[in-house]
Formats: sequence, structure tokens, C-alpha cells
Amino acid sequence: MIMDDLRKKSLLFFHNVYKVYDRKVVLDDIDLAVGSGEIVTVVGPSGCGKSTLLRLILGHEFPTSGLMLIEGKDVGLADSTRGIVYQKYSLFPHRTVLGNVVEGPRLSLGFFERFRRKQELIDEATHYLEKVHLADHLHKYPHELSGGMRQRVAIAQSIIMKPKILLMDEPFGALDPGTRESMQMFLLELWEELGMTIFFVTHDLEEAVFLGTRLLALSQYYTDDRGNDKNINRGAKIVCDHALPQVAQSTVVKETAEFGQLIQQIRRDGFDPEYLQHAKDFNLNHPHSYQTLSEEECRQ
Amino acid sequence: MDRISKFWGLHAEPPKKLRIFLTLMPFIVLITVYLAASDYRHRQNPSDKLLPTVSKMYDSMKNAAFTKHKRTGTYQLWSDTGASLKRIGIGLGTSAICGLLLGLHLGLLPGIRGLFLPFITFMSIIPPLAILPILFIVFGVDEMAKIMLIFIGTFPIITRDIYLAVKKIPREQVIKALTLGASQFAVAYRVIMPQIMPRLTDTIRLNMGPAWLFLIASEAIAATSGIGYRIFLVRRYLAMDIIIPYVLWIVMIGFFADWGLRKLVHIKYSWYLVSGD
Repeated sequence: MIMDDLRKKSLLFFHNVYKVYDRKVVLDDIDLAVGSGEIVTVVGPSGCGKSTLLRLILGHEFPTSGLMLIEGKDVGLADSTRGIVYQKYSLFPHRTVLGNVVEGPRLSLGFFERFRRKQELIDEATHYLEKVHLADHLHKYPHELSGGMRQRVAIAQSIIMKPKILLMDEPFGALDPGTRESMQMFLLELWEELGMTIFFVTHDLEEAVFLGTRLLALSQYYTDDRGNDKNINRGAKIVCDHALPQVAQSTVVKETAEFGQLIQQIRRDGFDPEYLQHAKDFNLNHPHSYQTLSEEECRQ
Repeated sequence: MDRISKFWGLHAEPPKKLRIFLTLMPFIVLITVYLAASDYRHRQNPSDKLLPTVSKMYDSMKNAAFTKHKRTGTYQLWSDTGASLKRIGIGLGTSAICGLLLGLHLGLLPGIRGLFLPFITFMSIIPPLAILPILFIVFGVDEMAKIMLIFIGTFPIITRDIYLAVKKIPREQVIKALTLGASQFAVAYRVIMPQIMPRLTDTIRLNMGPAWLFLIASEAIAATSGIGYRIFLVRRYLAMDIIIPYVLWIVMIGFFADWGLRKLVHIKYSWYLVSGD
């Protein structure tokens, strides 16, 4: 069966995942399989639950029901299998740039090991800081850095742990447009070099289409066989799932007609409260995409 | 537009010389008024005890600091200061350590919070001086009761302050540390604790005032040495020439302790003063 096959070879596998706060359904029957090496970008209207989805993968919150696996193992509590870059609060304010990056490898070491391997750890951290072009700022504190530099430190701090999946929660959301674009290019270069798997939540459609090798739109604007009554407690589903080019491109691509068309299409499918597709007609054209609708949602 | 005022109003920009003058002004006024009043009273009655002259206070203090006391064989000022500083140091020190540990765990662990937070809140409302007699009965009139009073008076406040500081650290920092491979133990002691050390220093600074209050109150009631003991002892002879310099001496010790702790934060925790959004 397709599902079992996907379950085996996927890095990240969700099956019938629900998240309910009090009585409000936020995530409604999410099915998702992600292969390794992808940059999955997630967009959706505000409050649709994209950050909740990310926190479920992170192990910050737990699903109300459903199956969530990373490499076949239950997702469980937050640990070093995943890395996280937040919009802010990623860095420890009391550590320097170098201290922040060294912190990861150090935290899992015992007291004496930390001293014995000090130089080795510093060399490794410096190597990663060179990769993010911050070798000149090793001894500055986070508050002395610009927004873009801070996010680069946060990325180095995460990738030094070699996580199976790097989660990013609107990491460039607070940056000015110029810095934002250069950070996007920088992230793509790093991705081409290291081949990590990235799960990237953003509210910026253009950013999502530009960065992603796969784009998911999460939205509560859809319909299904449960009807359109006001009392139906519906949460967000993945309403479209696009495969995007696998290579990093220059920012020129943002000007092309195709790029614009795709954005228009996603805007209609995911962001338009008037445009309600039926759950069985979602545009799920990515090869790893699968969907299991319940009896209620889709009566045969 | 009007010229910006040097002193009055929201937009005042006092120049440097004026700022120094403003700082010194109240002190100069206080000292002048005292000297004038003292001089006036001495002209009326040369043996006035209420507002002693500067030379009288100087002589008394020189005697207290540099003459061996006939009966005890000690230098009075230094033995008083030593005894008081020991009490306040042990009392405030243990309450800082206990407050740090309890506050940290209250902030991080929901179980511990459920167990202790309402209790600590209840405890912190008890006026410490109201239970001073209980302390003397339980711990005797020796050092222990005095240290316990300082401890009980400052511990709940330090604990609650540290607890609030820990609660204010974004949850994201804890999750971040876990993704960096930290154990729960490491999150508490290697990620969160170093971040609240400067706050602890600030809390100690603010609690020095109450600590002195409790120290002097307990020394006034039952002691054989200490700054508070001395002040209350010589009160019987209206010895203002001892009381006033002793109070100034407390102010000086307090000022330098405060200044030292503030410098410590500046040097060791430079990130603390400027970071934070």
C-alpha cells in the first residue's frame, strides 16, 4: 500500500493528526509525509495553525490524537533530533556568539569532558560560524548584533547539532526586505552545501514559493461532507501541496509570470475565505502527498 | 520654539556642571542647617547633647575606633561592625542561595510550583517582626535568632522575585536548550540559572534595606555587640555624638555594598543591562 511505503521511507510522517484546544479544532486530520533533503515551506492565513503544526514536530506541544513519526520513531519530547530557529528568543542572551554556538555540543557533555575538549569544541563552532560569515564577531553578545546576524548565529547554533530536521518559525519575519532577501539566498546556499531537511513556516507567500522545494498551504477555508453549518467545528487542513524546483535559483525568478501565477493560485486556494474547495478536490500534486479522509468528511 | 529649559519641565537638559551641583545641593543644605542649629544650641547651652558639634562626634568616634575598650579589650567600632556584618552576611547570604534555588524550581517545575507557591505567598505576608518573639523563644537570644530573622524577612521576597524572573524567560529558551541536547537538569542549572544571576544580584541589593532593618531590630532587643545594639545602648545617655556617626557609618557600609554589587553586574553581566526587547 502507498501509505505503508511512504511511512517507511519518509523522514517525517503524520497520519490523522488532530490538535484541539478546549473545544476548538486547530489541526483537522493532517496527513503528511516528508522525504529527507526537502525544504518544506508552510503558508496559511494567520491563526490557521502553522505554528502549532511546527510546535507539534518540535515536541513543544502534543497532538490530541494521531500518529507522528520522525524516521519511524514517535516524535515525543523536544530533543536533538530537531533544530529550531525562532523569529526571536533563539539565542541565549547571556552567551556570546561563540558561546551560543558552542552551547549545543557542550550541554550534553559532563563537567570534566567540557574542559578537556574545550579547544576542539571551539574549533568546531568557529568552523560553523565561518560558514555563516560571522567569524569576525565571535565575542559579541546577541544584543550587539543586527537582526540578520542574529538569525545567522541561530542557524549555526542549530546546524552544529546536525538535526534530522531543521524547523524554522518565521525566521526572517522581523527583518527588513533587503536583509530578508539576502538571508533567503544565504539559506539556500547553506542548504545546497549541507543538504539538510528544513521545515519552514512563513506568512510570506513569495518567500515560501522562492525557498521551498515543496509548498504546503494550511487553511480552514474549505468544505467537506460535514456540511457548511456554523456549528461544524472544522480546523485547518493541508489544502494544497505543490512540488517546486529542486535547485536554488536566483532572485530573478521572483519576477517571472509562472512564479506570479503560482502565488495567485495558492492565494485563492488557501487564503480566500469565499473560495471553498471540497476536501476531496484539494490540489495535492506532490509525489509524497497522501490524504485519508474520514467517513464523515467524505461520504462515498 | 522656546529654548529648552535647563531644569524645569519634561524636556529639561541639565548641563554637566549643573547636574553635579544638583546632586550636591540637598547634602549641602542638610549639613548647613545642622551646623547652624548645632551652633545656635551650643551658644545657648555649651553642654548641649542633642545636636553635638562635629569635633565632639569626631572625638567620640576616634575613641570608639582606635582606643581599646577597658573592660572588653576590643576596639568597639570594629567589633560592633564585625558582629553586625557577620549576622547580615550569613542571614542574607543563605536567604539568597535558598531563594535562588527555590525560585528557580518554582519557575520551571509545575509540580513544585503547585506544592510551594501558595505557601510562600502566605509566608511572605507574615510581618517578620511580629514573629521575632517566637524566634527568640525557639532559637534563644544568641546569634541564631538574629540570623533567622534576617533570613525569614528576606527569603520569601527573594524567592518570589527569582520566581517571577524565571517565569519571564520565554518558554522558547527551554525548548531551544532541549533541542541542543540538554537534559532537564542542564536546562535548569546551565541555561536558566546563569540567566537569572544578575537578577539575583539586583534582588540582594534591594533586600539590603530590609536586612538592615531586621538586624537592628533584633540587636536592639537582645545582643551584646553590634551596631544596632550600640545605638540603642547609648540612647540611654542621649549620646547623639555616637548615634549620628554610627548611622552615617551604616549608610557608608550600605552605599559601598550597593555600589560593589552594581559594579559586579556591570562587569560580569554586561549583557543584562542592555539586552531584552
